[in-house]
Amino acid sequence: MLGIVAGAFALAVGAAATNAAGPVTVGLITKTETNPFFVKMREGATAKAKELGVTLITAAGKYDGDNDGQVAAIENMISAGVKGFAIVPSDSKAIVPTIKKARDAGLTVIDLDTPLDPMDAATATFATDNFKAGQLIGEWAKGTMGDKAKDAKVVYLDLATNQPTVDYLRHQGFNTGFGIAVANPTHYGDEKDPRICDYEIGQGDQEKGRTAMENALQKCPNVNLIYTINEPTAAGAWEALKAAGKADGSVMLVSIDGGCPGVKNVQAGVIGATSQQYPLKMASMALDAIVSGKIPAIDPKAGFLDTGAQLITAKPVAGVPSISVDEGLKLCWG
Amino acid sequence: MNTEQSGRVSAAEFETVLPEGSQTVASFDEEKPGPLRRVQQFLHGFPTTIPFLVLVLGVVFFSSIVGSKFFAPFNLSLVLQQVTIIAVLGIAQTLIILTAGIDLSVGVIMILCSVVMGRTSVVYGVPVIIAFPLGLAVGTACGAINGLIVTILRLPPFIVTLGTWSIFGALNIFYSRSETIRQQDVEAAAPFLQWTGSIIKPYDLIAHALGIEVPWLKGSVLTYGSILMVVLAAVVWYVLNRTAFGRHVYAMGDDPDSARLAGINTSRTLVAVYALAGLVCAVAAWVLIGRIGGVSPQAGQTSNLDSITAVVIGGTSLFGGRGSIVGTLVGALIVGVFRNGLALSGLDVLWQEFTVGILIIVAVTLDQWIRRIAS
Repeated sequence: MLGIVAGAFALAVGAAATNAAGPVTVGLITKTETNPFFVKMREGATAKAKELGVTLITAAGKYDGDNDGQVAAIENMISAGVKGFAIVPSDSKAIVPTIKKARDAGLTVIDLDTPLDPMDAATATFATDNFKAGQLIGEWAKGTMGDKAKDAKVVYLDLATNQPTVDYLRHQGFNTGFGIAVANPTHYGDEKDPRICDYEIGQGDQEKGRTAMENALQKCPNVNLIYTINEPTAAGAWEALKAAGKADGSVMLVSIDGGCPGVKNVQAGVIGATSQQYPLKMASMALDAIVSGKIPAIDPKAGFLDTGAQLITAKPVAGVPSISVDEGLKLCWG
Repeated sequence: MNTEQSGRVSAAEFETVLPEGSQTVASFDEEKPGPLRRVQQFLHGFPTTIPFLVLVLGVVFFSSIVGSKFFAPFNLSLVLQQVTIIAVLGIAQTLIILTAGIDLSVGVIMILCSVVMGRTSVVYGVPVIIAFPLGLAVGTACGAINGLIVTILRLPPFIVTLGTWSIFGALNIFYSRSETIRQQDVEAAAPFLQWTGSIIKPYDLIAHALGIEVPWLKGSVLTYGSILMVVLAAVVWYVLNRTAFGRHVYAMGDDPDSARLAGINTSRTLVAVYALAGLVCAVAAWVLIGRIGGVSPQAGQTSNLDSITAVVIGGTSLFGGRGSIVGTLVGALIVGVFRNGLALSGLDVLWQEFTVGILIIVAVTLDQWIRRIAS
């Protein structure tokens, strides 16, 4: 519903912009309207558009995974005559033909946050290195536990059963950082390490995260390290730990995202460490590239421009680069 | 006969029995019902029996395959905590479905109310004594809006609530700015909102108060939210079964035309039902804040469908007029038991979805079969 409304709105605004034949128009398409990550991205894009003196039109899918909504949004952008657009794809494979259509029509397409499959379907990709983000929290957990890391009992609160890119990249990044041998880099769950105690799906949601952790505690009562796909999941897990009387620091939580509530939870000692990513920077860099037509140099080995991930913790570990909670709060989103 | 001779009929004459006439008392056709037919009749009278049986079978099944991890006071009470939100939303949904309607907006009304309660008190610093009733009022108003559109514009509830689902969702994004409020911030500014998440240990409570040790309660943990759910269910049950309003709801769901001809103001009753359902959604919002500690504008994305699932599995007919609040609570518990049991058996989450799907289809098939007795 929201996607349709947003799409119709984009079309109306876009049509107005072309009729005026005035300033350059650029677009931004996100997965949803609700996720604070995308809200921040839109804020960054809006500010940048103002600075560059261009018109910005935005659209989003109805829910995470809504490919049809994004296809309609791209079609609207093409007919609105935008110079180019940035997109966070909901389905990194299914959207590719529509993106090809846009590029054939002469549009610059910057893919954000989630790489396309194949990655070179977009003009360029600006994203967080999710594997590295996972690796940072894994290394931090290993360093903090020291000798006890050998006997850790790890619970994973993952995103979804179909294991989207971001899910396995963060998961296997964490495993690599913590020193758990990865069996398949693009699929988790095949690892044989005895320290792995349980996997549960929290869907990135606070309430489902709590339920997942409650079930995990039943299967794995002596857990001492919890990996969470994002900070809402970590907040839900913390509620479960509190109810079980385990919120006394005996269980370590690590997470990824760097949203403001998450960074404050690092400050409060709920989350031990989190990897912060930078949606605002992604969006404003994309707008710069589209308007100027100059794509920044990209390391061909990675295939995408890493917009960076930094570890935020109150207890730094030697050898793992991190920033303080105060710095993290200045850079946080949502 | 002598009546023909005299042309007059004596009064006593009417009392005489026609010798050739049937000697039996007037009655309905009564074939001897077969055992299956008798089960059908029994279920028609007591539609909550099947959900109860499924619940018991589910508990027995998972106790035997998962063992003491599942069948423990702690875990069973945990399931109760896990289903509380959906059960409360299910109460709201039952009210609507009894009128042969459906409400797709219950989940988003809940989220909107939790955001109103949380954001107004925590971010804008309004005392919780105002913010909390404001949340309840917003829920009631959302429900009333649904009801008014259904009655005044005469649109199907499915379409109306499909529309308001989006509208209330957009208002939620607008008011919340998609910002999550942390548990610690709610605790500092409005701890009352978290009351529903406070824990009670029945074993300790009874041991302290009465000096009796009830071994099978040892380890069980209840929240005030779960107790609130039971109290709310009892109140709504009373309203539905012991008040004129409640009988009107059932009558309207069964046959709206007859209900109107019988003198029931159906429009007013319908608006009242939707408004009441909205208020119940606001109570669900309170339970939600208690469970997750904070306020998340993105929580509960699928809770509207989950509430319908609980109602249907609980034996309430989607065609209106038949079903019960108790059935819905049992329905919510069935889903909770299967999800928890399957999770503890270590199966992938997709099998939880698979099983819930089967339960829905079986429940509706049974409902259709039972309904055939009425026709």
